[in-house]
Amino acid sequence: MSLSVPDLNLRIVVPALIVSITALVVLLGELVTPAARKRWLGYTSLIGLLIAVGATFGLWDAHATAFGGMIAADNFGLFLTLVILLGALLSVLLSVDFLRAHQVEHGEYYMLVLSAVVGMIVMATATDLIVIFLGLELLSLPLYILAAFKREDGPSLEAGLKYFLLGAFSSAFFLYGIAFVFGATGATNLTKIAAAIAKNPSGDLLLVGAGLLLVGFAFKVALVPFHWWTPDVYAGAPTAVTAFMSVAVKAAAFGAFFRAFFVALPGLAMDWRALVALIAVLTMTLGNVAALLQSNIKRMLAYSSIAHAGYILVALVAMGAQGSSSALFYLLAYTLTNLGAFGAVIALSDGARERLEIGDYAGAAQKQPFAAAALTICLLSLAGFPPFAGFVGKFLIFSAAVETGWAWLAVIGVLNSLVSVYFYLRPVVQMYMTEAQPGWDGSATLTTRIAPLVALALAIAVVGVLALGLFPTPAIALATGGFVR
Amino acid sequence: MDLIVFYLFATLAVIAALGVVALRNPVHAALCLAVVFISLAALYVLLSAPFVAAAQVMIYAGAILILFVFVIMLLSPGVDQGAGALKWQRPLAAVFGLALAVELILVLASAVLPAARGQYTPERLAQIGDVQAIGALLFTDFLLPFEITSLLLLVAMVGVIVLAKKRVRS
Repeated sequence: MSLSVPDLNLRIVVPALIVSITALVVLLGELVTPAARKRWLGYTSLIGLLIAVGATFGLWDAHATAFGGMIAADNFGLFLTLVILLGALLSVLLSVDFLRAHQVEHGEYYMLVLSAVVGMIVMATATDLIVIFLGLELLSLPLYILAAFKREDGPSLEAGLKYFLLGAFSSAFFLYGIAFVFGATGATNLTKIAAAIAKNPSGDLLLVGAGLLLVGFAFKVALVPFHWWTPDVYAGAPTAVTAFMSVAVKAAAFGAFFRAFFVALPGLAMDWRALVALIAVLTMTLGNVAALLQSNIKRMLAYSSIAHAGYILVALVAMGAQGSSSALFYLLAYTLTNLGAFGAVIALSDGARERLEIGDYAGAAQKQPFAAAALTICLLSLAGFPPFAGFVGKFLIFSAAVETGWAWLAVIGVLNSLVSVYFYLRPVVQMYMTEAQPGWDGSATLTTRIAPLVALALAIAVVGVLALGLFPTPAIALATGGFVR
Repeated sequence: MDLIVFYLFATLAVIAALGVVALRNPVHAALCLAVVFISLAALYVLLSAPFVAAAQVMIYAGAILILFVFVIMLLSPGVDQGAGALKWQRPLAAVFGLALAVELILVLASAVLPAARGQYTPERLAQIGDVQAIGALLFTDFLLPFEITSLLLLVAMVGVIVLAKKRVRS
């Protein structure tokens, strides 16, 4: 029998390819790098990621598929690729000094981050359920390991194990969903699934499959009721890892989520739209209400990330071009803001000793004014205050919902944002209006100086949050990209 | 003939699967799992997929089960007393399990599973060969998944080393 290889069109996967090669270079470099020079592996990763950013811009408007329709470069996927690469760049900047301070400076860290980035890019640009699944696994596996990276630390190990067990469980759900959809339509390619559904729209098998896919996605982006792992994992994992996974995983998983439901399953919209709207309401409300009750800032940011996943889900309910473009803008704004917030938490720590309780932030503004200001700006943006990026993002999503006839969903979203103001302002009040606590006040090693790379990451995040808030038009124009069908 | 073999192995698989969850001794449960795996392999043979059947025996009944038994032996947990479980979890689990069972029965009974038919019919597979068909697909249509899997396996290996290897303090 003769083999006919489909058109590979390797150009389309160049960004993922560059990041994979960088990961391998870092892995081999780890062998020959002396312990004192491990930060060079971080710099190598930064260079690789920057080249990948350039390659992604080079593909803009390519609008083509590769490997016989398994993966595509359309502006939707490329925008998310940029968001993922930006998130990875800032995370690596935050990690270099963090790893040293916490005595876990190993080159494998960067290799795992880069492999996760490859998985995320694959997931965000895949047009076939099999490839989406493999991307999901390739992004999850390194994150399980990174969550447990401080392996002498109990909570870190617990986070890794918990994330692994529940993640494996949800992967099984997702795979089972793929099997049902394949059984019903005879295809794993998203476009072919849509065509099969258009021909034969009914079928219990298909509905079961779509439901299981929803469960798989809901777990990865932490939607209620599949969010239980989030606070423990985010609080237990090393802060630099939490920063990375709280933003980049959401960008990748929401990318595949939107693509699967907009490209493959729009024919079932009657069935899933109301259900997804209900999940959005639950996710927003529970995320914000639970965040009110937290005293640990990482747990608070974990519940806040659940709430933000709920806001993005509103865009999924809105559907259409407006739904996808507002979600893209929101993911970019959320990536910058959340990384800025976690970066400030890292910058405000005293060596390996972190300010984890909100009470620890008392009087921090006098000791470390720049980091405190950055944290304030990012928290205000998360709460949705103008003139920051978070406000524009929420505005776009809620107006998309109103214009497609889901005004009540937008109202619930706005009410939730109001609730969220309270807990976002609590650390701010502590930093600026409370006297410093003795434990932190007398600390001799606590300085106003921030490590240069952390400062750079914070500056990029804060400038980005302000720029997106004041001049959102260019980013909105970039975010209007459609899907390859 | 096929039908008799199917019912034989299907019944065996279900009984053994019940044994996996119901037996208290973990070694007995693992042995039941082996019976499940082998019965499933027999079902794959009936579906004219001998390659999948062979992989099932080698990977599941072979590698994975040995891993289970190793872990059980290393931990030597004795007989499960159910002491760690919360009291209210058992009735709740029964309720949810029953609900899921009813749902599944309703779904499976309401439709005769109108699955789509692909191009690989048993006749075609018999003609070109099962292993050949999978191999050809893996290196043509599914080349990208194949390559991604290679990176995935590398990450798994690196991960095990990161988490389990002794650090050399330098």
